Amino acid sequence: MSLLQATWQWLTDPAHWQGIDGIPTRVEEQVHLSVESVAIGALIALPIGIVLGHYGRFGNLAINISNVGRAVPSFGILVIAFQVFGLGDVPIVIALTALAVPPMVTNSYVALREVDPDIKDAARGMGYRDLAQLFTVELPLAVPLIMAGVRTSAVQVVATATLAALIAGGGLGRYIVDGLARSDNPRTLAGALLVAALALATELLLAGLERALVPRGIRLLAASSSRRARTFKTA
Amino acid sequence: MPARVFLDIVDPWINWTWLSTHIPYVLAAVQEHLTLTAIALAGGLVIALPLGIAARRWTNLHLRPAALTVFGAFYTIPSIALFALLIPYTGLGILTAEIPLVGYNVLILVRNVLVGLDSVPPDVIDAADGMGYRPLARLIHVELPLALPAIFAGLRVATVSTIGIVTITAVIGLGGLGQLILRGLIESFHTPLVVATALCIVLAFLADLAIALIQRLAVPWARNT
Repeated sequence: MSLLQATWQWLTDPAHWQGIDGIPTRVEEQVHLSVESVAIGALIALPIGIVLGHYGRFGNLAINISNVGRAVPSFGILVIAFQVFGLGDVPIVIALTALAVPPMVTNSYVALREVDPDIKDAARGMGYRDLAQLFTVELPLAVPLIMAGVRTSAVQVVATATLAALIAGGGLGRYIVDGLARSDNPRTLAGALLVAALALATELLLAGLERALVPRGIRLLAASSSRRARTFKTA
Repeated sequence: MPARVFLDIVDPWINWTWLSTHIPYVLAAVQEHLTLTAIALAGGLVIALPLGIAARRWTNLHLRPAALTVFGAFYTIPSIALFALLIPYTGLGILTAEIPLVGYNVLILVRNVLVGLDSVPPDVIDAADGMGYRPLARLIHVELPLALPAIFAGLRVATVSTIGIVTITAVIGLGGLGQLILRGLIESFHTPLVVATALCIVLAFLADLAIALIQRLAVPWARNT
């Protein structure tokens, strides 16, 4: 029996679709960890990026945070968090949050910076106060790029959550790590396929969400490729 | 082996005695790390440059959307999954490590090659044509030099991200500094873990700086960017 057939059999075996090591449980674990980390990360990163971008101060700080963040190896930070906090979800969520923050800070900073100065002048001229201008004029215009940053972060967090299995965590990485340890190739391969499918699904889902959330008029404004989110891969 | 086998002795974050006796071991890991990174970057460039140029030259082949879609999908797949997928076919070795790393870099670089070539002003191309440049000479002497800042920007992103991802190749027996992180995990021994993570960050900064310097030398007319 070929490896692909064995993998297919592994994937379609009803026993692998139930219980604590079942595929639904593992998917749920990975998604759960990722959503938590991205949500916490967004709560930290978006206010920082938006405020820095709005006032146009400390721009280098925002960029530097992102550069340092990019240089931190996710595997290292995960294992360090594991050594500090021990078993459980806490070290994973902390490490993933640390990875989620930088792209969201930079993108929300750039998003606010790139709002057309003429539009800001016009808002000021119409008598908008600072906060009203931020919330009703600048933020809606910045939403596409901010969302792109959130998507970049989320996709990378879902991907990196696979590494949780290396520090005895759950998620789909379990199948890969256990499969490698037991030389159980069908399990490893099935895990890899599931992880790849989940990563691609996240990307497509968030791209769709982004499309749905951004008003059509603004979407037309923001088509240029230079305004795309900065690429960021951690795992 | 330090005395940390006794549970009442707290393992410090960095055990300097261990470190001072293991410098060659750490340096060997750094060297492997840099080799894996260099291959991934060179491989990425070798594929991305011609691909980007071809995608712009022969637009009727729809290479641009095809390449961006295929490598974009590849890019979203976590490296550990790709290593696992490749092991049955390419075994535990450098090829298994490099295929995903090169693939990721192709996406980053091809995107930037295209941005760079797109940014060449049409007037400049007209002028080059008027001066009698043939397409190949125009590409080499006019378009590519003008695209260099964007290509270098891509190279810097690719370098920094590759240095981080190389650590994960530890799960297939390579890893460079990742091997030290794995050892720190398995033995619950902090020193190699902390040293390797810090060195990864330092390497990423130094490599980024080195490429920025090369860029200054290669693109003297765009020093302010």
